Amino acid sequence: MSEPIIKFDKVVKRFGDLTVLDELDFQVEQGEKVTIIGPSGSGKSTVLRVLMTLEKINEGVVYIGGEPLWHESRNGKLHEASEAHLRKMRNQMGMVFQQFNLFPHMTVLRNLTEAPVRVLGMSKADVRQRGEELLDLVGLSDQKDKYPHQLSGGQQQRVGIARALAMRPRIMLFDEPTSALDPELVGEVLNVIRRLAKEHDLTMLLVTHEMHFAQQISDRVCFFDKGKIKEQGTPEELFKAPKEARTQEFLKAVLNPD
Amino acid sequence: MEWTSYLAPLLEGAWVTVQITIYSTILGAILAFACGIGKLSPNILIKSVSVAYIEIFRGTSLLVQLFWLYFALPLVGQAIGIDLRFPPVVVGVAALGLNIGSYGAEVVRGAIQSVAHEQYEAAKALNFTPRQTLWRISLPQAIPEMMPTFGNLAVQNLKDTALVSLISLSDLAFRAEHIRNYTQDSTTVYTLVLFMYFGMALVLMALMKWLERFVGRWRAAGR
Repeated sequence: MSEPIIKFDKVVKRFGDLTVLDELDFQVEQGEKVTIIGPSGSGKSTVLRVLMTLEKINEGVVYIGGEPLWHESRNGKLHEASEAHLRKMRNQMGMVFQQFNLFPHMTVLRNLTEAPVRVLGMSKADVRQRGEELLDLVGLSDQKDKYPHQLSGGQQQRVGIARALAMRPRIMLFDEPTSALDPELVGEVLNVIRRLAKEHDLTMLLVTHEMHFAQQISDRVCFFDKGKIKEQGTPEELFKAPKEARTQEFLKAVLNPD
Repeated sequence: MEWTSYLAPLLEGAWVTVQITIYSTILGAILAFACGIGKLSPNILIKSVSVAYIEIFRGTSLLVQLFWLYFALPLVGQAIGIDLRFPPVVVGVAALGLNIGSYGAEVVRGAIQSVAHEQYEAAKALNFTPRQTLWRISLPQAIPEMMPTFGNLAVQNLKDTALVSLISLSDLAFRAEHIRNYTQDSTTVYTLVLFMYFGMALVLMALMKWLERFVGRWRAAGR
């Protein structure tokens, strides 16, 4: 088997006294679509935030494509990563945020083109063209000159997805992408993600509460509890025949809230 | 003497006031951005210099700063063998700019810090450098926030220029004092001066309002 694209090796993350990731071991294969589910505070979003280098880890090693993310090896020993190393690693990932986090002072198209031009140094013409293609992909070609506040939440999140894709990441991280949306706007965002999931090379890691959706698009679903993977398997295995009592309890609560 | 005969010299003075206001406000704005951003710098030296500047100039009186730069600094220069005598206009602009800049720096710092934390996370996720994040993400969002306070500071600065008459700069206040000494017509002279300052303040406020709308035009789009 080839090297996993993401590997957490006994990763510990603490916020003060609270242990959010508890010696977490976790792997994702190249091109795999993995959904993380679990109760709030189980560390699911932290996994994404650690990968995006928004949260440091306390112990353990995270590997991206076999290379340590938060460390650099010098003379055979692991040292804390430099900013230059983090910058190099970060380019492999794109993140979609729960609250969209679009840049409010830039038009939709500029939200997509700013980083590829400034960060990757690509030509403006190429980036613009790519940006328009991506807006087409998320169905927002006609909104490119608007500002984020002129769009609905669902449209903003689709821009958020396009913005992340514009950097051509190998790994896409979705942090509860539909949690901040009105129910009738969830579908349009999920449709875009569903379309992306058909791309073979793109590795996707998704934290969500949309269980039905997770079932449709995931190769594997991981149930997180107390900073560890309590249970994982294909959507079939996990949703239809969960083994752990904790998983059963959680699924029962979210699938039949009454 | 007709009151209209006061107008020509007063307007000459007003023109000096306008120039001093413009130069010192520009100097103040530059200092405000430099030291407001500097106060947030991870570099301890830049941060200390910024903090020291802000605290010293906010914590002392403008009049004392003006006198110190005009009367004391040349003596300090003499003692260390450097010529630190400057023309009144330079000292006036410097003192006003330094003073208003120290207040402006706190406004700049506050506005930058009020940019949502999530914006910085998005910028990091897209791999912007800290410098790019400052110039392209946080400042463009922070500047419209600064503008109302900047407007107040600019008007404050205009009014403070009256103090430069005390170091023999022939601004509006200086001319007024001169004419009053000569004619003893305090009421007319000071009423005219009052209206002139007020007129200049109105223009300045309108200008700052326009600037505020200009830098925040993205916020009004489609509304």
